[in-house]
Amino acid sequence: MSDTHAQSVAFVRNTEIPPSLPPDTEGGVIKWVRENLFPNVLSGILTIVALYFIIRLSIFVVPWIWNGVWGADSLTNCREVLGGKTGACFSVITDRWHQLLFGAAYPRDLFFLSTMTGVPVADLVTPGGVRENTNFFQEFFFGYWRPVLAFVLLFVAIAPVLFSELPRKMLITTAIYPFAAFWLVWGGSLWVPVTILASLAIAYFAYSFVVNRSFFLGALSFLAVLILLLFDPIAMLINAAEFGRNSLAFLGWQRAENALPWVTVMEQNYPWLMNIFPLNAHVVEGLSTISSVSLASVPSRELGGFMLNMILGTVCVSLSLPLGILLALGRQSNLPLIKWVCVIFIEFIRGVPLITLLFVANVVLAYFLPPESNPDLIIRVMIMITLFASAYIAEVVRGGLAALPRGQYEAADSLGLEYAQAMRLIILPQALKISIPGIVNVAVGLFKDTTLVSIISMFDLVGLIRGPILASTDWNGVYWELFGFAALLFFVICYAISQYSQWLERKLQTGHR
Amino acid sequence: MKKTIFLGTLTAVGLVAGAAAAGTLDDVKARGTLNCGVVTGLAGFGAPDANGQWQGFDVSVCRAVAAAVFGDPTAVEFIPTTGKTRFTALASGEIDMLARNTTWTFSRDVDLKFEFIGINYYDGQGFMVPASLGVSSAKELNGATVCIQTGTTTELNLADFFEENNLEYEPVPIETNAEAQQQYLAGACDVYTTDASGLAATRATFENPDDHIILPEIVSKEPLGPLVRHGDPEWGDVVRWTLNALIAAEELGVTSANVAELAEGTENPEVNRLLGSEGNLGEMLGLEADWAKNAIMANGNYGEIFEKNIGENTPIGLARGLNAQWTEGGLIYSPPFR
Repeated sequence: MSDTHAQSVAFVRNTEIPPSLPPDTEGGVIKWVRENLFPNVLSGILTIVALYFIIRLSIFVVPWIWNGVWGADSLTNCREVLGGKTGACFSVITDRWHQLLFGAAYPRDLFFLSTMTGVPVADLVTPGGVRENTNFFQEFFFGYWRPVLAFVLLFVAIAPVLFSELPRKMLITTAIYPFAAFWLVWGGSLWVPVTILASLAIAYFAYSFVVNRSFFLGALSFLAVLILLLFDPIAMLINAAEFGRNSLAFLGWQRAENALPWVTVMEQNYPWLMNIFPLNAHVVEGLSTISSVSLASVPSRELGGFMLNMILGTVCVSLSLPLGILLALGRQSNLPLIKWVCVIFIEFIRGVPLITLLFVANVVLAYFLPPESNPDLIIRVMIMITLFASAYIAEVVRGGLAALPRGQYEAADSLGLEYAQAMRLIILPQALKISIPGIVNVAVGLFKDTTLVSIISMFDLVGLIRGPILASTDWNGVYWELFGFAALLFFVICYAISQYSQWLERKLQTGHR
Repeated sequence: MKKTIFLGTLTAVGLVAGAAAAGTLDDVKARGTLNCGVVTGLAGFGAPDANGQWQGFDVSVCRAVAAAVFGDPTAVEFIPTTGKTRFTALASGEIDMLARNTTWTFSRDVDLKFEFIGINYYDGQGFMVPASLGVSSAKELNGATVCIQTGTTTELNLADFFEENNLEYEPVPIETNAEAQQQYLAGACDVYTTDASGLAATRATFENPDDHIILPEIVSKEPLGPLVRHGDPEWGDVVRWTLNALIAAEELGVTSANVAELAEGTENPEVNRLLGSEGNLGEMLGLEADWAKNAIMANGNYGEIFEKNIGENTPIGLARGLNAQWTEGGLIYSPPFR
């Protein structure tokens, strides 16, 4: 300390006075409440009204949840336990969780469950059909390991797509995932997904062989090889003929008696999978005689619950994204044929409600296609939802393309890039970035729209609640608990998607909006 | 019961493109399973249980037919249908028969080109009111607010009934049975009207069922039965006589417990013909001689099926009423097995 003023002044304070506390009204909780809840008269009134409603609501909801009954075996039993108190009957969820998640009849893997828990297979189910001797975790992870594993692997597979920091080699898991998931959920011979995957790999090889010459040629050869490998061209012709013939008949032309006898042969011999991939079917048959690796096959009809919503959601979003981008590009094309096909497709699909398309998938296609070659209802529904979503995504992407300054297109041209290169390297990366919020919006909407399949009698989460569970004499009359559970599941997924997209937008923010 | 004109027309048009011409029985046998259209879920009549096994009054008919054809009541593929998709599913050949509490009406039989093969439940539209309303007859309901499902025949029946009796009412339109339950319990309407079986099932789920009464008036005829497509009488016969076998079995005292024993041969020639120890009825249908025995063993006779799924000892708690055997004052009646 300096002694400069030691003679002239008696006292010099050489430390800072500690800051005094703000007045009580200007700090702490009181300040926060005043500034946020009661800044002026109008807000004050609104706060009081809101508080009133929140309290009224929680007076009902809190005891309802708090008194909730978890272990009862029917609604009547729940009411006995509650004895007149207000309370939820969450027992319906503990009793039927496996149906809500995996569908009314998705089979448990009893063998695996028994191996892991040490309970003999015979003791897992009573003669009356009641599941016993296992708890939730054992059943969830061992009994339903196939769909659960498929769900877990979904995150591994989409991680490299969602997060560009992850090593690019992880994209291989993304490529393999659809086949692995198909095998896990539907079961059957391992050779089915493997041969399809192999066909794709060969087609990709053909693509990489030609792509140096031109991207367009590469894509073309990819498709050509794939079609040759997967489809039996003759069978395709036959099906096309049958489809046309039935369409004519539907429009009023009678079909000639005894026409096309070979069609009946096809009708009898091809279930849907064989019909879609006939050549593969032969290869699979051959391989299966050498070595058969297979999971118990599950018919599509037994898929349901939230799993069905997840399957429809992920499959349709991931298929509609590339299709939508192609449609958006097609709509901007200079070639009149492509342009008008795309315009008509988009405008038609956007002009028709999704439920109408679903009815077409369920009901009308049954008339056009021969009964045995008619693909599974779930495949028909996937196709319809994908078409529907792709039209919407196409319009979102078109918005992104239109927002790009003209100079970007010209810059690509002046670099001498051909159309495919320009789009892939310059235009789309920017246009898609702009379109992210719109695409996410469509994806979230689409995911929730998958519950519409309950109207065409599929047992998705909502269909299961409205059908089997509310029709059972045990649980007829339980509404809030079931629909609340469904809402919770959907909220978790949709909120996660929305958070991801916000994170992505922030990350891609390059500052020149 | 619901009916959509558009889909009905579509069904009729669709028939031009129509179902496979070959015999349905041959198709079913070749396939190895029966495709049976059922309801997506209706208490007591049809729904998958906690293990995904289909159970119910209508479902039992499917199982009996499968047992008659294959000797195996599990050889059924149950295809859930809604009120809107059921007729197209049948007309397009996606299902072989429909057992989905469907009312037999003229236009469905003639215009939509289906073949109702019999009646397995005589239903009718009734009214439910809170006991506190102090009403004992539907004719005292002047000025009542009525919860009614839109787009169903019940809506038309209601209008007819109130007009006939010079009564006023105010309809509260609702979409589904679940919604109706909520609205009725919340007091949005004084009266809930739908089929009597549905009312009984709904009432059974209430917290205090005794606070609500079902009025004695039944204002419509709703004969519910299984149906098949027009144009394949052989297949229609198989389904029709399977249902008749269940009904005749109850009349003749054949139950799931004693059918195996009675099939060895009895004093009663009709039982013998039914169970195949005498005559060749099975062969006439294109089935095995023990077809009816298998059908009865699947779920029991008509009375057993009724008692197990919707009878008085179940939560649904329906009395036999019109659905008793004709010998006991009901309408259930099978032509003779001869």
